[in-house]
Amino acid sequence: MKPRVLVVDDDSALAEMLGIVLRADGFDPAFVLDGNRAVTAFRESKPDIVLLDLMLPGLSGLDVCRAIRAESGVPIIMLTAKSDTVDVVLGLESGADDYVVKPFKPKELVARMRARLRHHDDIASESLTIGPPESPVSIDVAGHQVRRDGTTIALTPLEFDLLVALARKPRQVFTREVLLEQVWGYRHAADTRLVNVHVQRLRSKVERDPEKPEIVLTVRGVGYKAGPP
Amino acid sequence: MIEQAPAAAGETDAPGRTSDEVPTRAALPLAGTRDRAGRWVRSVADRLRQLAHPVTRAWSASLQLRVAVTTLVISGVVVLIIGVFLVDQISGGVLRTKRSAAIAQVDTAMASARPALGETNFADVQGVANAVSNLKNELALNGNDAGLYRVVIKSDVQLEALADVFDNDPVPAGLQGLVERGKPALQYARVQASRGGPVVPGLVVGESVQAQGGMYEIYYLFPLTVEQDTIALVQRTVLLAGLGLVLFVAMIAVLVTRQVVRPVRVAARTAARVAGGDLSQRIRVSGSDDIARLGQSFNEMAGSLQRQIQQLEQLSRLQRRFTSDVSHELRTPLTTIRMASEVLYTRRADFPPQVARSAELLQAELDRFEGLLADLLEISRYDAGVARLEAEDIDLRSVVARVVESQRVLAARQGSEIVTHVPDELVPVEIDSRRVERILRNLIGNALDYGEGRPVVVTVAADDAAAAVTVRDHGVGMRPGEVGLVFNRFWRGDPSRSRLTGGTGLGLAISLEDARLHGGWLQAWGDRGSGAQFRLTLPRRVGEPLSSSPLPLQPADALERN
Repeated sequence: MKPRVLVVDDDSALAEMLGIVLRADGFDPAFVLDGNRAVTAFRESKPDIVLLDLMLPGLSGLDVCRAIRAESGVPIIMLTAKSDTVDVVLGLESGADDYVVKPFKPKELVARMRARLRHHDDIASESLTIGPPESPVSIDVAGHQVRRDGTTIALTPLEFDLLVALARKPRQVFTREVLLEQVWGYRHAADTRLVNVHVQRLRSKVERDPEKPEIVLTVRGVGYKAGPP
Repeated sequence: MIEQAPAAAGETDAPGRTSDEVPTRAALPLAGTRDRAGRWVRSVADRLRQLAHPVTRAWSASLQLRVAVTTLVISGVVVLIIGVFLVDQISGGVLRTKRSAAIAQVDTAMASARPALGETNFADVQGVANAVSNLKNELALNGNDAGLYRVVIKSDVQLEALADVFDNDPVPAGLQGLVERGKPALQYARVQASRGGPVVPGLVVGESVQAQGGMYEIYYLFPLTVEQDTIALVQRTVLLAGLGLVLFVAMIAVLVTRQVVRPVRVAARTAARVAGGDLSQRIRVSGSDDIARLGQSFNEMAGSLQRQIQQLEQLSRLQRRFTSDVSHELRTPLTTIRMASEVLYTRRADFPPQVARSAELLQAELDRFEGLLADLLEISRYDAGVARLEAEDIDLRSVVARVVESQRVLAARQGSEIVTHVPDELVPVEIDSRRVERILRNLIGNALDYGEGRPVVVTVAADDAAAAVTVRDHGVGMRPGEVGLVFNRFWRGDPSRSRLTGGTGLGLAISLEDARLHGGWLQAWGDRGSGAQFRLTLPRRVGEPLSSSPLPLQPADALERN
């Protein structure tokens, strides 16, 4: 079955061109041209992934992003004309999983989309445990479930992938570049902001005190690693 | 700087002093003592200078203090002169009056003494004794008992029998000499106002009376206690009045200067605040005197400054908005064009040859256009002053390795090899990896571009304070004078050369800004025929100043050849 894509962009020419490219690459795109109708369209079309322009008439892209994230963990890729850190970080913090800066190459966009969709067909049953012994975090990889202290923690697929990537090799230190490649599907590109923002988001959900992390530890000057099991 | 100079000199002195002290004392004790004495004098002088330091500083810092002290000194001198003159005049007057009175009293007394003694004969001892005794009693009634004077009678005839009759109280020798020669005289001297009483300042008047067979000397001792008290009172009064006057004048000076100095100080404070960035600061102006005019002019100046700066800020804001808008407005259609071009390009095999070639050219030029747009936006961001450093600790070697990896394809196309020399240990540096990667991409891209297929050498080194990367090519190099131009916008080394990387001409200009944003250096070396080397030096920690680079700018192999 073709993956459904919701394209939220006010530029009709770009939307149409995206449609041509996405259909050619085996996606099933749906379009919405302004922010106010984006959330309704999202509920109706139930897409597998969302492409979201940050500058929209009506409701801003950031607000749309937050609204979608509030009810779903579906992957969101921002399309942004600004590569300034403030804009990128704001977008990531409001819930986007990844971003591409206009003008992007279609291949690059498709590669990112595939990377975000890829992990959903993991079937192998696998169970991982990390964190301090008195309060471990247990991960059911096939069931897409994370539990700590008896409660289920709701993670987006991306945060889940990030946690699983770290938890599978608990003693290994991952550089940001390795994480970008494994989780986001990047090659050669190194936008470490992406990793930093998502590690913060993940920590805010799984850590008891995000200021003193026990699950996702920073290794100064190198990267991150999972806390001891 | 000048104020600190003596302290700094003292510090540099100190180690030398202690190190030469030991051998001197052991070998030459005397020289050591002299040395120590000299040093002691010097150290005392230093100490005095240090003590005087705050005073001289206050002196040069406060106009009010200077005016007050100057007024105090000048009015003090004037009052002193007037005071001395006054006291001198008054005491002179008092003494003159006393002297006239004393002479008059002596004349009266002598009127009775002269007949009584003048007719005596020293041969008649009893007669002399009686006459002197009578005279004493009489004069005592007039003078002694009234407290005016005491009489001392002497004689040049020294007779055993008369020893008790004459007085042996001391009188000033000079006076006695005059009297003995028969001249009346007077002198100020210390006298005993009564026999056995205290010695007080006084006036002695002496006269002589010639008798048969000898001469009498009669001295009148006038105590000046009353006059002295009067003079002391005058002195005290003048001194107190003078002191009061001086203080009063100084106070007036302080008050008057304050009226001038205070508004000036307010102006200085306000100017400092304006200089510190608070452009809304103004001076409260009242009246229309010179000081008020100063305030008014200052306020006008500050107002005009504020207007101009606000205007500039607004322009800068507009520029930033414009950059951001252009960015968005251009990028969206460019994305559509890029995707359309991509679709045409991938299907070019289906097109007739000329259309296919057009699709290829469109695709290639779009790449260049994109690069140019990105560079233009980046440099306008620097021009608008909105570029910000996103620094974090990163192993510089990994950044270099990544860039070198990404340039391999280009290197292969050029037939060049990229050789890297990196240290074995971690080189953690606080950098914005995006910007440093861009710098290195530019440098390596350029080196490949101009390297004429010869190897490009990338070297990494670090010390405690800085890390450096050099990129060396062995291509055509640069002509003299070109080294200073390479960082200029749109400057091209050789316009006729074909360029494979499709550089925009802004790469090195942006790289230089990127390096500066880190507080680092980006420098070029080049020699016609022996290639070029670019050196990027970055501080290990953001904000720490650079003083040297761990790598030389001029490559070692070029040095050997020279």
